[in-house]
Amino acid sequence: MKISYDARGLAEPNATAPGNAVIEGEGSERKAVFDAADLTTRQINLELRRLVYNEQITEVTMLNPGAKHSLAVGILARCRITIDGSLGYFGCGLIDGPEIRVTGRVGWSVAENMMSGVLLIEKNAGSLTAAALRGGDVVVRGDVGARTGIDQKGGTILVGGDAGMMTGFMMQRGRQIICGNVGGGLGDSMYDGAIYVGGKVASLGIDCVEAELTVDDDEFLARKLRIYGMEPNASFRKFVCGQKLWNYDNLEPAERKLVL
Amino acid sequence: MCGIAGIIHRDGPGDIGSEMTRMLQSMKHRGPDSSGFALYGPPDDLLVMRIKLADPNETRDFGWADRLERHRDEIEHRLAKIGAMVDVIHGDQEYAYRVKFRYSGDLKPLADYVEDVPGCEVLSLGHSLEIIKDLSDAESVAERYRLNGFTGTHAIGHVRMATESDVDISGAHPYWAYPFSDIAVVHNGQLTNYHMWRRRLERMGHRFQSECDSEIIAVYLAQKMDDGLTLETAMKQSLDELDGVFTYMVVTADALGVAKDEMAAKPLVLYESPELVALASEEVAIRAVIGHEIDTYDPYERQVLVWNR
Repeated sequence: MKISYDARGLAEPNATAPGNAVIEGEGSERKAVFDAADLTTRQINLELRRLVYNEQITEVTMLNPGAKHSLAVGILARCRITIDGSLGYFGCGLIDGPEIRVTGRVGWSVAENMMSGVLLIEKNAGSLTAAALRGGDVVVRGDVGARTGIDQKGGTILVGGDAGMMTGFMMQRGRQIICGNVGGGLGDSMYDGAIYVGGKVASLGIDCVEAELTVDDDEFLARKLRIYGMEPNASFRKFVCGQKLWNYDNLEPAERKLVL
Repeated sequence: MCGIAGIIHRDGPGDIGSEMTRMLQSMKHRGPDSSGFALYGPPDDLLVMRIKLADPNETRDFGWADRLERHRDEIEHRLAKIGAMVDVIHGDQEYAYRVKFRYSGDLKPLADYVEDVPGCEVLSLGHSLEIIKDLSDAESVAERYRLNGFTGTHAIGHVRMATESDVDISGAHPYWAYPFSDIAVVHNGQLTNYHMWRRRLERMGHRFQSECDSEIIAVYLAQKMDDGLTLETAMKQSLDELDGVFTYMVVTADALGVAKDEMAAKPLVLYESPELVALASEEVAIRAVIGHEIDTYDPYERQVLVWNR
C-alpha cells in the first residue's frame, strides 16, 4: 500500500475542492455530508470552505478524518460542523464563529488562537489544547495533556477528565474549568484569569495562589457545566495569579539608563 | 523533529515488517533524512548480526566495490577465527550485510573484532533483533532490504530529521545497545547531559560509533539491566539521570517500553488492546496499521510503560 498522504499540503499547490459532498434539503435547511477518507489535508479544507462559504451551508458533517493534521482550520463563519472521528495536530485552529463537534480525540494544539464559537471534543485531547485561545468555549469530555491553555487570552476551557502538568501556563485572561485532577505546576507564571479545579492539584506553579470562590464563581460554574451537560461530583477550588511577578511599572536596568 | 513508532503483538507474531513500514511512511513529514527499523523475529539458537561496511553517501572511488568485497571476506574470515560457525551471509546492499552464525562466547570481543575491519559498523547483534537503517524514506528502505513479510512479535522504528549529527547510517536510529544482545532504542528529543554520560559509559569500556546523543540511551539502559535492574526500574532511573527532552522507546527480546521526560515536551500517542499495543509520535501512524475506529490517549510526563509480548 503506497501512502501518498502529505501533512503539509506543499505537494499540491494547485489543489481544488473535490466537490464530493452530498447535499440534502432545501434553502436554509440544507445539510452536507462528505467523506474525507481518501482526501488530502488541503482537499478536505477546501471542500469545507466550499460548503460553508460558497454554498452557504450551515450544517456540515465530515466523515473519516483519520487523525490527519490541520483540519477545519480558519473557518470564519457561523455554522455547525460535525467531525465524525479523530483529528491529528493543529485541528480547528484560528476559527471564528463555528460550532464544531469532534466525536473522537484530538492531537496537540487543538483550537489554537480560536476567536469565538464552540469546540466540543467527545474524547481525549493532546498537549497545548486551546493554546492562545482568544474567545469561545473549548470543551474536552476526556483527559487533556500538558500545558492546556498556554498563553490563553480569553474564552473558557472545560475539561471533563484530568489535565497534565503546567495547565494554564502563562495564561493572561479567560477561565479554565478542570473537573478532574491536574498535574504539577498549575498556573505557572499566569498573569490573570482563573482556573477552577474539581480534583486534586499535584502542585502549584510559580506565582499561582488559591483564592476564595465567590457567588459569581458558583453561578458561572453551574451555568457553564449545565450548558454542556457535565455534572462533576466535585467541589471546585479556584486558582488565580498571586501578582508577585507583576512588575509592569518597574523599568529594566537598560531602560532606566535610557530614561536618565 | 523526528518520528518514532512501536508495535508489539500480544497474541503471536504478525507481519511487523510491513506494519512498521506503513507506520513510518505515514510520518515521513517528521523526518525525511533516514529511516530505521528494529525488528524482532522468532528467537533462534543462531545469532543474527547486521553490519554495514560503508555509508551510501560517501564518495566512491574506483576501488570502492573491490574494497568492500575484501572487507566482507575479512569479516567472514575473522568470524571463523574467533570460533563462530557462519550459517549464511547475505548482502541486501553492497555495503550492508546480514550474517547468521552459531557462537557461544562473549559478544563484545566478537563485535569488537568485526568492527576492527575498516569502515565496518555492527548495527545489531542478537538472537532475534535485526536493525535495518538507511538513508531516505521508510518505503524505499523497506523495499531495498525486502522487509515486507518480516514476521515477528514486536518492532520499533524511527524517521529522522538530523539536528545533532550527520545524515548517515551511523547517525540513524534505532541504536543497538552495543554489546548487549537484543536491546535497541529509538529517541525523539535532545539530551543535554550527553557528553557526561558518554564519558561515564566510555570509562566503563563501552564504544560509541556516532556523535548522536540518542546512542547513549541504549547502552545506558542495557548496562543498568546488566547490573541487575529490571527494564522498568532502569527506565525510571533514566528520568532523573538523563537531562533534556525525550520520548524514547526501548525493546528487548520480549518487551517494549516507553518513557517520557518530566516536561512532556515530545509527543506520544498510545493505543492499547488485548491483541496489540501500537504507539507513535502521531496518531496517523497508528491508524496506518489499524483499520477500525480506535480510542487513543497521550501518556503524561514522567510516565514509564512496559509491555511484554
